[in-house]
Amino acid sequence: MTANPQTALEIAADVRSGSRLAAAVIEPYLAEIAQREGEIHAFNEVLADGARLEAAAVDRRVAAGEDVGPLAGVPIALKDNMCTRGIPTTCSSKILEGWKPPYDATVVQRVAEAGAILVGKTNLDEFAMGSSTENSAFGPTKNPLDTSLVPGGSSGGSAAAVAAGFAPLALGSDTGGSVRQPAALCGVVGLKPTYGAVSRYGLIAFASSLDQIGPFTNTVADAAALFDVIAGHDEKDSTSIPEAIAPITPHLEDGAGGLRVGVISELTGSGPLADGFEPEVLAQTQAAAEALAAAGATVSEVSVPSTIYGLSAYYIIGPAEASSNLARYDGVRYGLRVEGAANTKGMMIQSRTAGFGAEVKRRIMLGTYALSAGYYDAFYGKAQRVRTLIINDFNRAYEDFDVLLSPTSPCVAFPFGAKDDPLTMYLNDVATLPSNLAGHPAISVPFGSGRNGLPVGVQVLAPMLGERRLIQVAAVLEASQNGAGQ
Amino acid sequence: MFGVSESLSRDDVAKVADLAMLTLTEEELDTFTGQLAAVLEHAKDVEALDVDGVAPTHHPYPLSNVFRADEVDDPQVGDEALAAAPAAEDHQFRVPPALGEEP
Repeated sequence: MTANPQTALEIAADVRSGSRLAAAVIEPYLAEIAQREGEIHAFNEVLADGARLEAAAVDRRVAAGEDVGPLAGVPIALKDNMCTRGIPTTCSSKILEGWKPPYDATVVQRVAEAGAILVGKTNLDEFAMGSSTENSAFGPTKNPLDTSLVPGGSSGGSAAAVAAGFAPLALGSDTGGSVRQPAALCGVVGLKPTYGAVSRYGLIAFASSLDQIGPFTNTVADAAALFDVIAGHDEKDSTSIPEAIAPITPHLEDGAGGLRVGVISELTGSGPLADGFEPEVLAQTQAAAEALAAAGATVSEVSVPSTIYGLSAYYIIGPAEASSNLARYDGVRYGLRVEGAANTKGMMIQSRTAGFGAEVKRRIMLGTYALSAGYYDAFYGKAQRVRTLIINDFNRAYEDFDVLLSPTSPCVAFPFGAKDDPLTMYLNDVATLPSNLAGHPAISVPFGSGRNGLPVGVQVLAPMLGERRLIQVAAVLEASQNGAGQ
Repeated sequence: MFGVSESLSRDDVAKVADLAMLTLTEEELDTFTGQLAAVLEHAKDVEALDVDGVAPTHHPYPLSNVFRADEVDDPQVGDEALAAAPAAEDHQFRVPPALGEEP
């Protein structure tokens, strides 16, 4: 299927044992990029020369008998909102075009220390605001499965890079579904970790109480391995969980026996949310539930009533935090400055007006409005209380269930321009954003196909720090398909 | 509480754009007004919810007062940051006059 079918773990084992050189591993990936990137546009920048240098360095260390790390020689693509020292980091925005960060994000350091090879910075919806990668200032990314369709978003470039065989690993960021939804639309695995499990230091902020970095991979085992590398406390991120994060890879084969699985009725049955879901997506979610039951899980329906208000709370809280975070782009310290204004304020207004795209302006204005005098309590204050209700509902569900199940996205990959109306686009996130509001982890696993044979993603949700349960269940879903040959 | 029954107006959007330090064209004002009004209209579905006595969630993981020692660990980073600035002078960011005529 993909041009480069080896898993990250297979590559690392080969490179660590010395049976394959990292310098040899990287070439077919760079060749695939050279051949198809013009058509796909997964990357804002391909780092072929740097990747070859890093691979050679890995090989020298292996030859010297050093332990290079669990991702030795594995190519990785990083969403272009993660700071890479001396390498342009744009957020796919004109306001940061050409900016070279003076430091590496913590995740960048961690994957490098684990021996991974950076092949490029991937395209995204500007500042991670979107669900199709159509909002990039540098042009959209195409879905590798069908280039007339979107790859999802906002981490569409990272999802496409893995789906196209440009790299077996990628990192994205997930604020309302921006890892899981593109993973679903491109037919790969996408994990959003618990809020605070992975350092956000050097991740350019969108909505600070919701943002979390997570892996894209072809297999559940690779997702677990990459999570284990990037998770853990970081003193540079004040929202980082202080306690140690236990590795989840040892739980890959724990199976589903005895697990209590709750299928979220608001996202699968009928009602205001599920009515907007494609029937094939709902059918595959049902099939996934049956596969888990066949593997020994107890499966039943569960209501998480306030999830239906998640979209409203999210599209107040997210923009409110964004309007504050994006106030820093003022042409003073970095990025675009429009010259010629008579004074500083004029320079700031002209720079922001020229530098931000339409969706970013929409969200900044929405957030500014929601935070403005007279509306703060009615919008922002209420949304934060709705957030509490959603958390309470989840916690109640987890008294009776170990994990919850739903579709990841209401639909399979859709054509460019199909969702031009902002509210219609926002509805893509209904199943994913409740996890961000709660801070809980969730994973999207490819499970069968829907309309036009396109991949469907099924979402598994767990309570705080429940990642081991997610990969345990996801591995069962993955294996059930391999067995059934779907 | 969520008693913002009147719809978002064009003037509201113009005021918000000003607060957000953005300039909108007349056409953009029309487009954004309709789009933002639709999102806010949708957000009104929470009016049905009773949140009296419910505490707000600011942050999903309860942490507070996270400090580190006040020590300089990478003095070079200041030079690199200034090197990336649109304009710098005497180890400071340079901007147009801060006072004077309105833009």
